[in-house]
Amino acid sequence: MPDTTVPAVEMRGIVKRFPGVLANDHVDLTVRTGEIHALLGENGAGKTTLMNILYGIYHPDEGEIFVKGRRVHIRSPRDAIRQGIGMVHQQFQLVPSHTVVENVVLGLPGNFFFPERAARQRLQEFAQRYGLHVDPDARIWQLSAGEQQRVEIIKALYRGADILILDEPTSMLTPREIEELMSTVRRMADEGHTVIFITHKLDEVFAVSDRVTVLRQGRVVATLETAHTDKRELARLMVGRDVLFRLEKRPVAIGPTVLEVQDLHIRSDRGVLAVRGVSFSLAAGEILGIAGVAGNGQRELVEALAGLRSVEKGRVLLSGEDITNRSPRALVQRGVCYVPGERLVGTVPNLSVAENLILKIYDQAPVCRGIFLDSQAIASHADTLIERYAVATPSRETPLKLLSGGNIQRAILARETSSKPSLLIAAHPTSGLDVGATEYIRQVLMSQREEGTAVLLVSEDLEEILQLSDRIAVMYNGEIMGILPVDRADLETIGMMMAGVHRDL
Amino acid sequence: MSVWAYIFSVLRAAIPAGTPLLYGTLGEVTAERSGVVNLGVEGMMIMGAVTAFGVAQATGNAFLAVAAAALVGGILALIHAFASITLRVNQVVSGLALTMLGQGISGMIGKQFIGMPPRVQLKPVPIPGLSDLPVLGPLLFQHDLLVYIGLLMVPVLWFLFYRTRWGINLRSVGESPATADAMGVNVFQVRYLAVLFGGLMAGIGGAYLSIVYAPAWIEGMTAGIGWIVIALTIFAMWDPVRGLLGAYLFGSVRVLQYRLQGLGISPPLLNMLPFILTILVLMFSAGEAMRKRLGAPAALMQPYTREER
Amino acid sequence: MNALPRIRLEKRLATPRWLGVATPILSVLAALLAIAVIFRLLGVNPLVAYGRIFTGAFGSLYGLSETVTKAIPLMLAGVGLAVAFRARVYNIGAEGQLLIGATCATGVALFVPGIPDGLRLPAMFVAGALGGALWAMIPALLKARLRIDEVLTSLMTVYIASELVNHLVYGPWKGPGEWGFPYTDKFPLAAQIPRIGITRIHYPTLILALLAAVLAYILLQRTRWGFEIRVTGENPEAARYAGMNYLRTAMLVMALSGALAGIAGVGEVAGIHYRLRYPQGISPGYGFTAIIVAWLARLNPLGVILTSLLIGGLLVGGDAIQLALGLPSATVYLFNGMILFFVLGGDLFTRYRIRIEIPSRAAATPVRLEREEAL
Repeated sequence: MPDTTVPAVEMRGIVKRFPGVLANDHVDLTVRTGEIHALLGENGAGKTTLMNILYGIYHPDEGEIFVKGRRVHIRSPRDAIRQGIGMVHQQFQLVPSHTVVENVVLGLPGNFFFPERAARQRLQEFAQRYGLHVDPDARIWQLSAGEQQRVEIIKALYRGADILILDEPTSMLTPREIEELMSTVRRMADEGHTVIFITHKLDEVFAVSDRVTVLRQGRVVATLETAHTDKRELARLMVGRDVLFRLEKRPVAIGPTVLEVQDLHIRSDRGVLAVRGVSFSLAAGEILGIAGVAGNGQRELVEALAGLRSVEKGRVLLSGEDITNRSPRALVQRGVCYVPGERLVGTVPNLSVAENLILKIYDQAPVCRGIFLDSQAIASHADTLIERYAVATPSRETPLKLLSGGNIQRAILARETSSKPSLLIAAHPTSGLDVGATEYIRQVLMSQREEGTAVLLVSEDLEEILQLSDRIAVMYNGEIMGILPVDRADLETIGMMMAGVHRDL
Repeated sequence: MSVWAYIFSVLRAAIPAGTPLLYGTLGEVTAERSGVVNLGVEGMMIMGAVTAFGVAQATGNAFLAVAAAALVGGILALIHAFASITLRVNQVVSGLALTMLGQGISGMIGKQFIGMPPRVQLKPVPIPGLSDLPVLGPLLFQHDLLVYIGLLMVPVLWFLFYRTRWGINLRSVGESPATADAMGVNVFQVRYLAVLFGGLMAGIGGAYLSIVYAPAWIEGMTAGIGWIVIALTIFAMWDPVRGLLGAYLFGSVRVLQYRLQGLGISPPLLNMLPFILTILVLMFSAGEAMRKRLGAPAALMQPYTREER
Repeated sequence: MNALPRIRLEKRLATPRWLGVATPILSVLAALLAIAVIFRLLGVNPLVAYGRIFTGAFGSLYGLSETVTKAIPLMLAGVGLAVAFRARVYNIGAEGQLLIGATCATGVALFVPGIPDGLRLPAMFVAGALGGALWAMIPALLKARLRIDEVLTSLMTVYIASELVNHLVYGPWKGPGEWGFPYTDKFPLAAQIPRIGITRIHYPTLILALLAAVLAYILLQRTRWGFEIRVTGENPEAARYAGMNYLRTAMLVMALSGALAGIAGVGEVAGIHYRLRYPQGISPGYGFTAIIVAWLARLNPLGVILTSLLIGGLLVGGDAIQLALGLPSATVYLFNGMILFFVLGGDLFTRYRIRIEIPSRAAATPVRLEREEAL
């Protein structure tokens, strides 16, 4: 058994600056050997940066790191692995076109030839000891998120990791897969492994951890024994104020049907059917929330509805008109607005705020006269939107990339909602944003609903879905498991549907 | 001459004609597998050609000539590697600059060699036993050493790519550098080595042109072969075996190009053939890639940086 | 294990204006320094060579006029490429489009009867522009229909165009009055572009080139097509998202750059040589050199006016040292390649701050040497 009196990891006074951001501000962290240590904080609190420093991906600007009592300089993941540290990132670090075995042995020192037989043996061993079952010959892209995560954990163990960092490990998993993960984590801790569990979900802290360290805006706020604290305290520490924001959901008269989707089939980039027979309808003044674990076809569905991906089979009707496989341009002209999940898709970072705001009306009066752009019209359009949506920017001529994530999202929302859309598609509109921006953006979506826009909201954040939606659809494996009115939806039912249980009305 | 005998003679001549392409393609396949496109092949080849010719004239030693050509190709490749991997400049433009540089320097160095008769020659080395086989013997086993080495490189590279740690590292770096980095693979080192290897091979390919195939120094003698190599790399779907097929296919076209001149077809029109064929090959590859959903290494042309937000 | 200094690049949030101006100049100077080293290694005295280049290009009225003459095709092709590269469409085939433009103009000059004298030259310019644009459609269509990368295909069309010109001047179009040279017959007077005095500056083409630069600038900055080009180049996904037609934009910039290169070709045959000749006799790689001209101008069409004059001067000076020092014509490519490398490298200073880290065992944080102060 390892010596449990010496801390597995000790980080002292860690400082990390990025251009314009202080990501870690003199962070101290002690992780005891054999414990499960939760690292709790909001998005942007600096949890992942801190762990990336421990894993050698980033280099600290100041501070010292001790592993198992010894002062170390970790310059690369290779150094970290040598110290017995393994990390499972939120974005899995797997080569999609390679097999499980190839991924597991990637980067290992050893003899020249590919050690296939040895690798298979170890894989079997891990399957038995920790319940990490996975087919060694499968290609990564064929595996579910949960299976891919198992490969990641196996990779770390294979390299002899006794300190395992898990970065938001449950974000891509179904409730059942989460259960399995928690049990694996506990089995590893029982065998003397140390686990650092990054999360922003309070439930998980209590479900699995021995101790918890809370980070806020790059600083450590507290380190506590999990048994001696409660959700209220942690929530307050994490956010710095009481969390509850309430949105008033005013009753709105449901208008005529705006969007009707019939038996939609859509292929993913890899050519497999990612959406299989999805049907639903959406009325003016209504928010339909689409819940589900990422990667179950939501992305393909949304892109097809925005005209960015072709539909294999099925029909899309907009106010009765068939718009299946029409160009994005045609949809824009018919009042379909789209807030994409990846902000880079919807913006041109090197162009100015003003130019980004005309991205969809650059060829219409008054911005465009004949073939010429009217710079005065562009300027006044920008000034109006910047003021109305309170976009914090030094000037309308500032390149968009210099704005914060929240303000970029405000600008996108300003552009998309200011034109009185008939259909607003919002994919993960608040992901990665701070509380203030999140609250503001949710309010904008609500006011759109009140103005009679049909809103399709895709989100992984169940709280967001429950708070905003009138009806909730759950997607699993390319199908809709059922559509529930919000007053009949509870977390348990939705959780079951996210795991693939049909719920017919 | 019967039809079969004619085809045989074209194929036999196609192998040496395709050998410079084979070296270039195997090198570029390796470089691109690591995620770096080097459009400087034409420049590295022509520098290899002039270096080999110069060293051969000075020393009379063919081995030294080839080694020097490989070295010079490698040095030029390192310039591209530095620009595209370390400095992360635009790979297209950097490769183009490398080609221009090679054309310029080779022209200056080579001026003294124009019209010189070659001092060394690589003699065919029939392989005992195998060279006596009917048809296959004269077709494959009565060539010079560089032809054999090129042929041998194909299975060797295939084995390296798919059956060794090096291969996994190389392919991972080209598919997903962030992953490879996280797994402790030195992305920069792998890419530098792959690009360097590409340069060595292009240098040898150029050497083959000037001391074996021509054998002479003619300014601009690569005449677009380096660009055809880039197209062959795509045609090969980044696979050494298909690279071999492509190289010998273009070798045959080159042979036919000379033979058809005898029939009175305008030489400039015949000279267009390889370039038209290149476009056709690219069209074919594009169609095939779409059908089979095969693709370039996912990180091709993407510079890698660890610390970016 | 790793004792080598590490070079790290940090993204600049904004590029200071002075740096945008200073880097191209410093890049060219650094490239000239590197070329001097190579000259030295090859036994050419770089001081003598550069002296000759400078006096050759800028030291006499004749030299200056030649500089302007050579800047004309560079400016035309360079403006087109600047626009194409802004859309991130890599048309590398300007040389071929130039040759096709020259060929089409020659066809109109020599083989189309019945055009009134006053319309002969305009017809040639139109034919050259159309020819260049259509030739550029080959890679453009392959890109649009089959998603084939335009770099290779546009380059292949250079070789094909070059062989086509060879075929014509050695074969069907070979002029009986040209003593067996691979030339066509001389153009009639009505098909010759007028020049300024005794210089070779064919000023109508120069005016077209300047006009093209200004119009291209307006196109990019003030029109909706220019907006589409800039958005497409900066972020193709956003362009698609905004409902812009990527393929139409790609075809547009290809056609535009092809047409301008074609006009450059018209200027060369109708303003300089008065006949179609073998390809190297028409253009010593203007189409390739224009890539550098465009890049050096940081893809700004107005900047191309200046950079084409600068590079034009280098070409004239290059000719001078070829004659004086017995260097081959390929020397031009040495200048081209080296300048391009350094311009690329120089671009880096505008986008990144460069830090060199020397790993040291003792210190917890790496020692840093700042090459440039933060601004």
